Amino acid sequence: MTTTPPRDIPEFDVDPTLYRHLADTQMNVELDTGDMILNIGPQHPATHGTLRLVVRLDGERVVAADPIIGYMHRGYEKLVEFRTYPQITTLINRIDWLSSFANEVPFIAAAERLMEIEAPPRAQWIRTTLTELSRIATFLLFLGEMGLQVGAITPAFYGFRDREYVLNLIEAVTGGRFHPNFNRIGGIKEDLPWGWIADCKQAMAKVLESCDTFEDLVVGNPIFEQRTRSIGIIPASVGASYGVSGSNLRASGVDWDLRRDGKPYLPYHELDWKVWTHPDGDSFARYWVRLQETRESARMVLQLVDGLPSGPIMAKVPRIIKVPAGEAWINTENPLGEMGYYVVSKGATGPFRVKIRSASFSNVSILPWVLRGVFVPDVITILASLYFILGDIDR
Amino acid sequence: MADAPTTEADGPTAPALDERAQQVLARLEAELGDALVEHGSALGDLVVRVRPDAWRRAAEACRQALDCDFLSFVSGIDWMPTPVVEEDAGGDTSSPVQPREMTFGVAGSAGRLQVFAHVESTYAPHWAVTLKTDVDEAAPRLESWVPVYAGADWHERETWEMYGVVFDGHPSLRHLYLPAEFEGHPLRKDFPLLARDVKPWPGLVDVEPMPGESEAGETAGEGEDAS
Repeated sequence: MTTTPPRDIPEFDVDPTLYRHLADTQMNVELDTGDMILNIGPQHPATHGTLRLVVRLDGERVVAADPIIGYMHRGYEKLVEFRTYPQITTLINRIDWLSSFANEVPFIAAAERLMEIEAPPRAQWIRTTLTELSRIATFLLFLGEMGLQVGAITPAFYGFRDREYVLNLIEAVTGGRFHPNFNRIGGIKEDLPWGWIADCKQAMAKVLESCDTFEDLVVGNPIFEQRTRSIGIIPASVGASYGVSGSNLRASGVDWDLRRDGKPYLPYHELDWKVWTHPDGDSFARYWVRLQETRESARMVLQLVDGLPSGPIMAKVPRIIKVPAGEAWINTENPLGEMGYYVVSKGATGPFRVKIRSASFSNVSILPWVLRGVFVPDVITILASLYFILGDIDR
Repeated sequence: MADAPTTEADGPTAPALDERAQQVLARLEAELGDALVEHGSALGDLVVRVRPDAWRRAAEACRQALDCDFLSFVSGIDWMPTPVVEEDAGGDTSSPVQPREMTFGVAGSAGRLQVFAHVESTYAPHWAVTLKTDVDEAAPRLESWVPVYAGADWHERETWEMYGVVFDGHPSLRHLYLPAEFEGHPLRKDFPLLARDVKPWPGLVDVEPMPGESEAGETAGEGEDAS
């Protein structure tokens, strides 16, 4: 047995309080009871469905977090290989069920581009209107529910109430509150109903008013600020490498919006609007950015219904839809982030392979990184502020 | 060799690369040299195929030389033709009929299995590229992208369970969606969709002929080529 030679310890003039800290550290090591494993979910109100989170705790602090997903995996990438293009919109409505209309748009756009069909302008403008309406509906629920997750119950009532105005508009056009299934290859199913534009303008006025309410009630609330400021900070570079997109990335100061910067897929360049960013990257910034984007979307809808072109709503499309062989990648700015479809066609009536890139999947994959070192109550805040839909994670 | 024409599956009117994509291609060619096997255009977007041994180097090149800091996805493709269900056997006939011979998509492929990924840049010109690489069918292995893009973690776990591609250097390659004891790779084409095997899709039974159409003739475009 070898012994290490005694080291020559130099003598320092040390502040005696340091010894006390050392003694405390020693005490903490002796009192260490080991980490505790806490299982959150799969059925937990903060997880919006069936996300399971296994966190390892040291006292009140999270040491490691492991999200376990797949409780709602429906295998859409396999199912779409057994269906024709028109049948698939029904399935992809159920990916992100809060903004189903926005889900349909990129898939339909991919099929249209491969077939070299372009939807008429009126159809494109109605598509844009409904996409923005579903963005407003999704965000209004978030604006209310985020308050609920940090302990304020009032905003939840406002959020659910105001979302209903928008869902009524979507229902009036498409017939479905959540699953419109309204896009067709080459256009949309039906034109706007009589009197809808006046209703829409009224509802948008209510939405803008409700955004002011949230600004006063939540953003300006000192308790809310204390619960969210500097909680769950995501630096821009880390967020991007995890594939975090949409409002979550813009809240980290990244000025990138596919509606403006991506390949044009809807006539956003004809509207007057602004991309909002926030430099902080914390939960508060994510709330703030979504609040501004709700306002911006409401203003866009007002512009859209004012400038709605007349004309047909469907292009000429063959009765049996066969998409020529080729590959198309269309990514769009969904309410939750970047939603994309990589469609591989071999000239049949259905796709050969569809890769569905859903926003929440990547947004949630950063959880092990961002939850490390936070306190247990902040886990709930961060989960709520990242804002995911389970169907969008599990596909 | 990078000027090689794209494959026939590209379609007769494959649109040329736009200016932005050509700049990306020029940079990638300078970075990767002959590790870039082939390139093609998916509706104007750049698709490049790299040698499997340069898979991680390609990611590093995208990240550093192209500023592509955003990982969109990593996934796989199985180019094997969809197994045909014999109609006489009373099997499912509602699914779209795919070509029976093996054809490859944009930028070609050396074999049945491919892994592909898409990266984008959050900076001003917003460059983007789709990368493909061939993996061996018998022993599919690739280098992991996790050291380059942290978000590749979940995507590679999904690709591993769905296609059976092993990623070397991945921190914990375990099931993501499926239960731990699941066997098989569901997104491979030879993995049957069990729901359709157990009970054929009944939709065709409900389709009545359109007014003026013959009874035996067209059935309103439900999957099958009616002509």
